[in-house]
Amino acid sequence: MEIVTRPHVQNFIDWSADKPEVLVLSADLTNSCEVGRWRDTYPDRFISAGMAEQNMMGVAAGLAREGFQPWIHTFAVFIYRRPYDQLAMSIAYPNLPVRFVGFLPGIVTPGGVTHQAIEDVAIMRATPNMTILETGDATEVESVLDVAAAVDGPVYIRMLRGALPRLFPTDEPMVLGRSRLLREGAAATVLTAGIATEEAMRAGAALADAGIEITHVHVSTHKPFGDEIIEEVLQRGQGPVLTLENHSIIGGLGSAVSEYVTDRGIGRKVVRLGLKDTYAHGASKAHLLREYGLDAAALVHAIERELEVELGIDEATLDAAEIGPVGVNAESL
Amino acid sequence: MTDWHPEVERTARGIRLRVFEHVLRNGEGYLSQALSSAEIFALLYGPVLTLGPVDGPTLPAPFEGVPGTDNDRYRSGGRFNGAPAPDRDRFIFSPAHYALVLYAALIEVGRLDEEALLDFNVDGSTLEMIGAEHSPGVETTTGSLAQALSQAAGIAMGRRMKGETGATWVMMSDGEFEEGQTWEALSFASYQGLDRLKVVVDANAQQCDGRIESVANIEPLADRITAFGCEARDVDGHDLDALHEAMTADSDRPVVVIARTNPTQGVPIFEDKAPLLHTLRFSSDDEKARYEAAYRQMAEAH
Repeated sequence: MEIVTRPHVQNFIDWSADKPEVLVLSADLTNSCEVGRWRDTYPDRFISAGMAEQNMMGVAAGLAREGFQPWIHTFAVFIYRRPYDQLAMSIAYPNLPVRFVGFLPGIVTPGGVTHQAIEDVAIMRATPNMTILETGDATEVESVLDVAAAVDGPVYIRMLRGALPRLFPTDEPMVLGRSRLLREGAAATVLTAGIATEEAMRAGAALADAGIEITHVHVSTHKPFGDEIIEEVLQRGQGPVLTLENHSIIGGLGSAVSEYVTDRGIGRKVVRLGLKDTYAHGASKAHLLREYGLDAAALVHAIERELEVELGIDEATLDAAEIGPVGVNAESL
Repeated sequence: MTDWHPEVERTARGIRLRVFEHVLRNGEGYLSQALSSAEIFALLYGPVLTLGPVDGPTLPAPFEGVPGTDNDRYRSGGRFNGAPAPDRDRFIFSPAHYALVLYAALIEVGRLDEEALLDFNVDGSTLEMIGAEHSPGVETTTGSLAQALSQAAGIAMGRRMKGETGATWVMMSDGEFEEGQTWEALSFASYQGLDRLKVVVDANAQQCDGRIESVANIEPLADRITAFGCEARDVDGHDLDALHEAMTADSDRPVVVIARTNPTQGVPIFEDKAPLLHTLRFSSDDEKARYEAAYRQMAEAH
């Protein structure tokens, strides 16, 4: 599996070159959000708002009203927690084209509870006019820019930074409202988003080696939710439905899938894996994923419980599982 | 240049009378805001703001839904301030609870059909009690107070990036200086050197719970604003010449005009209600009759 180092840094610079309306607003987390070189490349289009997120939301709104496309770069928690009223009233209500690039989604950071965005998808899903995207690998970090830029209204992005796996081919970019079918099988239907997808890909490979074939779908558009692949796997898939997300199990992907199933009267059980209505703490990503049951092993164990089997898959097997890159339509429906 | 005084004085009297009449007709309403800010609005919509003509009819359409990708019938209430243009000013209205005063001001200067006021706070009308950006004269949604200044700073910054010369004006209430966002915005505006950003504050020392000093402390307001890098001009908000001078003199910094005003200006019997002046309600028919007499006296003088 290819590992790409900080793909957003140069990609965003190149992407912005012919888009003079694109501005970056930062609240003192410029290098932490991988836009330090962007600032140095386009100093006239970079706005330092200081550690003042409430004002930054209003400034972004005003700039958007003047025809600019502000791309707010900060940690996700500082987008939807502290300045939520400003986000809702100054930006979302008027449907302004502000792009919120939220770093450190879920429990990927040792920064602890103050830096871990565990209920952001829930809150943004409940915000009218908001489009929500989540990146799961380097290809999606690179291609989310075009997806967000084309939306007529505000867009919230769960962004990844640093060293990222390339799970999806570079010629299969993120597309608004199009999930990726990564694996097909009749034992269970698994839907994942963000970094949970890599975990589920490991689980899927190990389960297949043990003779359990699951269907696995990667979701990158949280809102609006639903597309042909989601419809197909939920309506016609077999076995239990499981969701795995780097987020609270309340209000995120698991809730969206549950709502989809109940709205349509689909008679399938939905098992939601993620943070079980709890805050977390500061520790390594691997440690937290294991502690809170968000890793490949947690998914395997949940499937074992649902199918009432014991497969004896150990962590070494999961770590060694061969994954990616996997195409959107690697297999036909 | 013609003398603006007669027209501004007439507009200010007209705002007070129109709001007073409305409150009498409804049995209650936001009167103190009109009494304190009549001169501010009369100057803004008189010699201070450079605005284009109303963009569309002066009679507002009924509520057409909230902004959104699927709503192509939505129209901004900003159209009553004229279409934006590089050399024109922009007016951003912050204390949405002053909506009635704003509507009255628009009527007095011929930007809003006076029939529209009959729909104030009527179901399905855009003349809402606490206006949003579909309401006449309102460009941003600021009923959650203290959000306008940041938006105006963004607009002023965007306009500067486009090389526009017009000023971006914000009308605020003094209670908004209790919100932290106001100070973030002033800090940002001065740091970014937004010298085309102008603010006028109706400092009537009143807020919902009563006199500001009984709720919180925002003084010394001018010193605080100056310390944040903006230029504060502390003036009598009923002295037209002093207020006009403060609002129009050049500066190389963002300007905040603190207009010190009286929430019972022109209706002295209203002082009996102090300190609860946020809205006027009548406790008896006799009391209402005394206010009606005061109104007739004002109307005759007009």
